[in-house]
Amino acid sequence: MSEHDTFREEIGEEGLADPRETGRPHRPHPSAKEYIRIGMILAVLTSLEVWTSYSGLPHGLMITFLWVMSAIKFSLVALWFMHLRFDDPRYSRFFMLGLVGACVLYLLVLLSFRVFAR
Amino acid sequence: MAETAAHAARPAHVEEHTSTGLPNTKLAMWLFLGSECLLFGALITTYVLYRGASQTGPYPSDVFDIPYTSVSSFVLLASSVTMVLALTAAEKHDHVRMRLWLLATAFLGMTFVGGQVYEFTHFYREGLSLSTNLFGTTFFVLTGFHGVHVTVGILMLLSLVGMSSTNRLPDDPAFPVEMVGLYWHFVDVVWIVIFTVVYLIPNAPPK
Amino acid sequence: MATASVPARRGGIVRRPTSTTGLRSWFTTIDHKKIGMLYGYTAFTFFIIGGLEALVIRAQLARPDQTLVNAAQYNQIFTMHGLTMIFLFVMPMSAAFFNYLIPLMIGARDVAFPRLNAFSYWVFLAGGLFLYSSWFLGGAPNGGWFGYAPNATTDPTPGMTFYALGLLITGIASSAGAINLAVTVVNMRAPGMTLFRMPVFVWMGLVVQFLLAFSLPIITVALFEMLFDRRWDTAFFDPTRGGDPILWQHLFWLFGHPEVYILILPAFGIISEILPVFSRKPLFGYQFVVFSGIAIGFIGFGVWVHHMYAAGLGPVANTAFGISTAIIAIPTGVKIFNWMATMAGGDLHFDTPMLYAVGAVAMFVIGGLSGVTHSVVPSDYQQTDTYYVVAHFHYVLFGGAVFGLFAGMYYWWPKVFAQKLGEGIGKVQFWLLIIGFNMTFGPMHILGLEGMIRREYTYPAALGLTFWNEVSSAGAFLIAFSVLLFIVNVVRTRRRHRPLETDDPWDARTLEWMTACPPEPYNFETIPVVHSLDEFWHRKYAEDKEGRLVRVPAGAAEPAPGPAAGHGIHMPSPSFWPLVAAVGLPTIAYGVMYSWWLVGVGALILVVGFTGWALEPSVAD
Repeated sequence: MSEHDTFREEIGEEGLADPRETGRPHRPHPSAKEYIRIGMILAVLTSLEVWTSYSGLPHGLMITFLWVMSAIKFSLVALWFMHLRFDDPRYSRFFMLGLVGACVLYLLVLLSFRVFAR
Repeated sequence: MAETAAHAARPAHVEEHTSTGLPNTKLAMWLFLGSECLLFGALITTYVLYRGASQTGPYPSDVFDIPYTSVSSFVLLASSVTMVLALTAAEKHDHVRMRLWLLATAFLGMTFVGGQVYEFTHFYREGLSLSTNLFGTTFFVLTGFHGVHVTVGILMLLSLVGMSSTNRLPDDPAFPVEMVGLYWHFVDVVWIVIFTVVYLIPNAPPK
Repeated sequence: MATASVPARRGGIVRRPTSTTGLRSWFTTIDHKKIGMLYGYTAFTFFIIGGLEALVIRAQLARPDQTLVNAAQYNQIFTMHGLTMIFLFVMPMSAAFFNYLIPLMIGARDVAFPRLNAFSYWVFLAGGLFLYSSWFLGGAPNGGWFGYAPNATTDPTPGMTFYALGLLITGIASSAGAINLAVTVVNMRAPGMTLFRMPVFVWMGLVVQFLLAFSLPIITVALFEMLFDRRWDTAFFDPTRGGDPILWQHLFWLFGHPEVYILILPAFGIISEILPVFSRKPLFGYQFVVFSGIAIGFIGFGVWVHHMYAAGLGPVANTAFGISTAIIAIPTGVKIFNWMATMAGGDLHFDTPMLYAVGAVAMFVIGGLSGVTHSVVPSDYQQTDTYYVVAHFHYVLFGGAVFGLFAGMYYWWPKVFAQKLGEGIGKVQFWLLIIGFNMTFGPMHILGLEGMIRREYTYPAALGLTFWNEVSSAGAFLIAFSVLLFIVNVVRTRRRHRPLETDDPWDARTLEWMTACPPEPYNFETIPVVHSLDEFWHRKYAEDKEGRLVRVPAGAAEPAPGPAAGHGIHMPSPSFWPLVAAVGLPTIAYGVMYSWWLVGVGALILVVGFTGWALEPSVAD
């Protein structure tokens, strides 16, 4: 639309956004090689997790390791495979709202049951 | 509001003018995935709450086969890799490779689900059902919900393959593939949590 | 008439419908305005049904030791009354307003996903009908709208299975609608309409969609767990196998509390639109009103345990949530002060919409005050499970939300139906309603503090509760009469055929009043460019040197559409696939209850529906 450009000067902030400029990621896509590399890291982490569960480490330490490794795997998939690292931050906001909300609310529920004091 | 079209002259999908410049469907998908965190969160919370509270067996240590389930986990992780390779092919407008990787993803997904079905059947034979105890209740419902999500994902993957084969996807099919991919990766990510919480974190010995 | 000028996509399975008029077009419509009307008609019908259920309750309780209904019947009636009013009236009526108005208010032609919008409506209808079919299939839900386990999970009548499945179905409708409207607001605003130039009604709508999107999954899990306990003997809430009924309470109220904000925020939005128009002044403190709405949304997720003070969680939990509950009163208070400041010094016109809006604020304040007493744990220990609570939530939900919805009906009636509802009857109807309402629920504060227990089908004469119960029941029939008057008003207005003199009968402030009454299918001839909040107002009026309003000669509404109106505007074509897909859901639900074969059929219908939906051509061939 040619009206497009005259509006742009009038309108502040969001006005009329052009998907070609903001919708596409600004950083280059990871290549197939990089994706496979991430896949390898995920496989290694999974192996580490399984090893940890057999390792006989003290309970608290084992759980910490397992959670940390899961969190790293989760982040790798979300940031690279799901492209959040390269995409508009608004997608992350929508998702994080749900993720953080869920973590906080359910942690409170479990605390009220004194699950962690067992 | 633009929807996907197969007409060769039509340009790439994201042509609709939106206030944010972001496509409607992608925004919707991320909001949906955010809401799914609350769904699976509630199921996982239920599982964690009742961990170790079963009054009769079988207990997790009686039935779990960690090596077996680890293989399942690798399978699902691999399917995320093939998914992302399908997207890469789609971005290059390579429909043939795209379908190949989509089929690979679907196949790995079916292997995962098949593995779960086998596992469930095995547990059932060991005496664990939905109603046996809290472990049976929470385990089958949590992993069952996840399995249903994977199955829906497989159906979507196969639909993409079918639509691509019958020329119903645009020349640049990256967008619908990306959308299905987001759902698929999310399902994988939920499994990452379930695998740790349910299988790997040691369960308290029975009271 | 809008024309389809985009080349058709390769054909789908069957021909896509084209007609947008006639009876059949209502089944295939994807126009947000028609869908809004469908929601409105259906919701109002359920309002009447829920009201009749309330009359049975009040007739039964008017005097002690009555047996108009027995205990088992009473339990079903009060449960269905609550479920109907919350899930089948207030929520869908709010959806009616959101659907009709949000695209118009943001200068869009439709919502982000029009067919998904239709799907949401049909699924809602299916859920409501499914829930009500329970009356004929062994008994309606009887465990209260909150369905506490283990009562709800062990009750041998099928009612609570209908409850679980029925709410799962309506939950799907609301979830789909939430994502649709949230994306619409974020993504489909007219050029220049930044988030802080949106009407407050749209902001409240946005907050509500997020509340729905994040709270519904929680009750979904709760309902599945209840369904599994009932149908497949799982142990989720079975204490004999180690299950804990408190888990149900947590999961239910994690949804249930945001739910009450879902119920009230639309009305807050409506009030925020009406007060400025009828005070001929801009809304005072727009940003505060918006931010307080967002704050209520957030904090609303952090107060749920105040429904569980007496559940035995202990002093730490109770105190923490007592504090968060007190805190949430603050943003609510902010809104009320801003509304009052809007009216102060304004040129007030008490047309019926304004009467209802002011009435809603007043009644909500009363309900809010009793709510504040609930937040304090020791006083709540006395009030919980008594009629004091019934008073509280009816003041905020009926007095606040329902009055707000009535305000909206009177205000936007001309936009939708091209006529104003009768003012004379309107005013009489309002006063009768507010008097009847206070007669019904005011005494319940007293009854509660005197020890009248909730959810009991009768009470003994010796308790001395008779007088106020009689007053309350009389009030209920006055309410019924005033609602009847509303219906009379609607019928008479339709028969009168008195057209509007102008498409802007209230001299309003927001974009929806720029369109025709009713709007063309494509809403706006040209999408407006927005330069400020209250854009329409500023197109009509400028201020002279002394700050007085001066009418701008040719700045206002769109010119009447000529013969070439809508040319080149292509709207998406109607579709029947959303309706087809929607039918799959209750089929699956009946299947879960009666026959696996039906589950298969329902799943097939769902898959066929979605396939047809995905493959149909983008415009009719």
